[in-house]
Amino acid sequence: MLQTLPADALSTELPKPILQLVGIRKTFGAFTAVENIDLDVREGEFLTIVGPSGSGKTTLLRMLAGMDTPSEGNITLHGKLINDVPPNKRPTCLVFQSLALFPHKSVGENIAFPLKVKGVDAAARKARALELMRIVRLPESYFDKNVMKCSGGERQRVALARALAYDPEVLFFDEPLSAIDYKLKKTLEKELKDLHRETGKTFIYITHSLEEAMVMSDRIGVMRAGRLVQVGTPEEIYGAPVDRFVCEFVGEVNTLKVKRAADGSWQGVDVPGTFTLAPPRSGAVLDEAFVVVRPEFMRILGPGESADNRLGGVVYNEYSLGSRIQYQVRVGAKVMLVELSRGRALPASLDRQVTLGWDAADAFTLES
Amino acid sequence: MADLALAPAPGAAAESARQLRHARMLSVGARCALPVAILLGIGFLAPLVAIFGYAFATPRSFDVFTSFTLTNFATLFDPSNTVWLSFLWSCGLALLTVAILAVIAYPIAYGLNMVFGRWSALISVFFVFPLFVSENVRLYGWVLFFIKNGVLDGTLKWLGLSGGPEVLYTPGVTLFGMVYTYLPFMLFPMTLGLALVPRDLVDAARDLGAGRLFIWREIELPLAMPGILIGMLLTFVLAIGATAEAKILGGQSIIVISHDIEIAFTYSQNWPLGSALAVLVTFFIGALTLFALSKLDLDRMLGRR
Repeated sequence: MLQTLPADALSTELPKPILQLVGIRKTFGAFTAVENIDLDVREGEFLTIVGPSGSGKTTLLRMLAGMDTPSEGNITLHGKLINDVPPNKRPTCLVFQSLALFPHKSVGENIAFPLKVKGVDAAARKARALELMRIVRLPESYFDKNVMKCSGGERQRVALARALAYDPEVLFFDEPLSAIDYKLKKTLEKELKDLHRETGKTFIYITHSLEEAMVMSDRIGVMRAGRLVQVGTPEEIYGAPVDRFVCEFVGEVNTLKVKRAADGSWQGVDVPGTFTLAPPRSGAVLDEAFVVVRPEFMRILGPGESADNRLGGVVYNEYSLGSRIQYQVRVGAKVMLVELSRGRALPASLDRQVTLGWDAADAFTLES
Repeated sequence: MADLALAPAPGAAAESARQLRHARMLSVGARCALPVAILLGIGFLAPLVAIFGYAFATPRSFDVFTSFTLTNFATLFDPSNTVWLSFLWSCGLALLTVAILAVIAYPIAYGLNMVFGRWSALISVFFVFPLFVSENVRLYGWVLFFIKNGVLDGTLKWLGLSGGPEVLYTPGVTLFGMVYTYLPFMLFPMTLGLALVPRDLVDAARDLGAGRLFIWREIELPLAMPGILIGMLLTFVLAIGATAEAKILGGQSIIVISHDIEIAFTYSQNWPLGSALAVLVTFFIGALTLFALSKLDLDRMLGRR
C-alpha cells in the first residue's frame, strides 16, 4: 500500500499558486455544468483534470481560457481577478481538441500567427517559428508545408508550437491526444511532459483517460457531475481514493457492500461472510460501507496461507495482461477479479475452486 | 483521379476485350443520361448554334447558314455605333451591383451564421420569398412605390411634408432595382461560405491574442472567400444580362446591352445584328467566368491542397 504524506508536511515548500479558483459555478439555463469548484493551481505544475464525458471539465477549461464566464465565483491569475478578461487579453493559451489549425496557412504561418498578432516583423517571426519547430521536433523543411498535409502527430506538434509562440504563462490542453492512435499517443504524452520540464510553464491538461493523466501529471483533479471530487498527486489518487467513483476511475476494482451487525461486526450484503475492515480514512463511524480491493491486492490463498478476509469462489475465466494474469472468480452471483504475476499463475485454472483472501490494510473502506 | 480513369488499364486481353464491347455499347450511365442529353441538345445547344449561325448571316435577312459575312460585327465595331455605350452601362451597373451587394450581404450572411441563431431559417425565408413573385411584378411594385403621388410621395405629402424625391426613371433607381433583385444570389453563396469557417478557428485566433479586425482579415475572410467569390461571379453574370430594371424602373433613361439585343431582334427586325451582339456578349461573359474560375482554386482556399 502506498504511503501518503500529510498535506501540511509539503505545503511549506510548495510553489505559490498562479491561478486560483474560488467557488466557481457555471449554469446553462437550468443545467449546472460546473458546481462549486475551489482549486489552487501552482506555478509550473502539470495539473490534469480528469473525468468522464459530461463531467464539466471542458466547461471549466473554457472559463479558465476566457471563452466562457463563470456564473458565480472568482478566477484570479497572480492574485488579479480575470473573470471577465477576454481570451485575447489573457496570458493563457488553449490547445483545442480539434487543434484548430488554420487550414489556409502553412506550418510556419500557423506557428507564427501569435507573433504576427503582436506585430513582430517577418524575419523575426520566421526565426522564432523555426526555433519552436526545433523544440517540438518538427523538421525545418516543414516551414512552408501546408498544415493540412501533415499527419496527426505532426499537427499536434504544430498546435503546440503555435501555443508556445504566444508565450503564455499557463497552457491549457483540451484532450488534444484523444484522436491519436495508441502508440503515437504514448510517445506524445512523454514528449509533452518533457516539454513541460523544458519550458517550466504551468500546464493544465484535460482528459477522460486517467492513464494519460497518470503518466504526465504532477497533480490530478478528478471531476464528476460538475464537481471536483478529489485533487492530489497520482499516488494519492491511486493510493487513497476518496470514494468508489475515484477508485473505479483509476482502474478495475472489486467492491463489496457491508453492513454493521448488532454485535459490531461487518457482514457482507451481496456475499455472505464476516469481514475485517480498516477504519475509514475520514474517521467517520459508519453503519454501512463499501470495501474496495484492487485486483492486484487480491490473493489466491494456498493451503496454510492466511489473510484477514477470505472468500470461496470458482475461477470462471482468465485474461492475459502481459506480465500479469487476471482471473475472473465467481463468488455466488458476484464477480471478483484477481491479478497474479505470471510466475504465480494457476495451472488449469478454469472451474477451479479457489479461496480469495485480502488483508484489511490492502483494501479501502469508503462511505460512498 | 482523372489520370487514373483515362489511363489504359494494364492487364489481360480479356479485360481489353470487355472494354471494347463496352465502348461499342453505350454504358449504363450514358444510356441513363441520354434523355437529358437530348433535351439539353434541343433546348440549350440548338438555340446557341442558331444564334451563332445568324451572327454570320446577311444583315436584315432571315436565311441562316446560307451566307457568311462579318458585316454584322463590322457594324458593331463601327465607331459611329453607340452599342459600346450600352455595354459600358451594363458592365458598370453590374460591377456596382456586385460591389454594393458584397457590402450589404456580408453582415446579413454573418448574422445568419453567428447572430440570429434559431431565427436564421425564418429570416432566410424572408430573403427567398420575393423570388416566388415574378421579377417584373416586383419591379412594377417599386414603380408604384416611387412614382409621383405613389406610396412614398403620397405618404410624405399626407404627413404634410414636401413629398418624396423624384428618383424614378433614373440610372440610380435602375441600380437600386438590380441590387434589390440580385440580393439573394449574393447572400446565399456568401452565407454558405461563412458557414465553412469553423468556430474553433475563430476562438483559437482570439485565444492567441488576435482582435476582431485581425481575425476577420486573417481567418474569416480568407476561409469564407470561396462562397464570397462564387456569389460575386453569379451576381455579376446575372446583372450584366439584366434588362427589366433599366426598362421598368429606369424608364429607358439608359439602354443596357441586353435591351439593345432585344431591340435588334424585335423593333429593328435585324436578327443577324442582334445575334452578333449576343455572341459577343456571351463570349465576353464566358471568358470572364472561365478566367475567374481558373483563379478560384477552391481546393487550395479550403486548404485541401
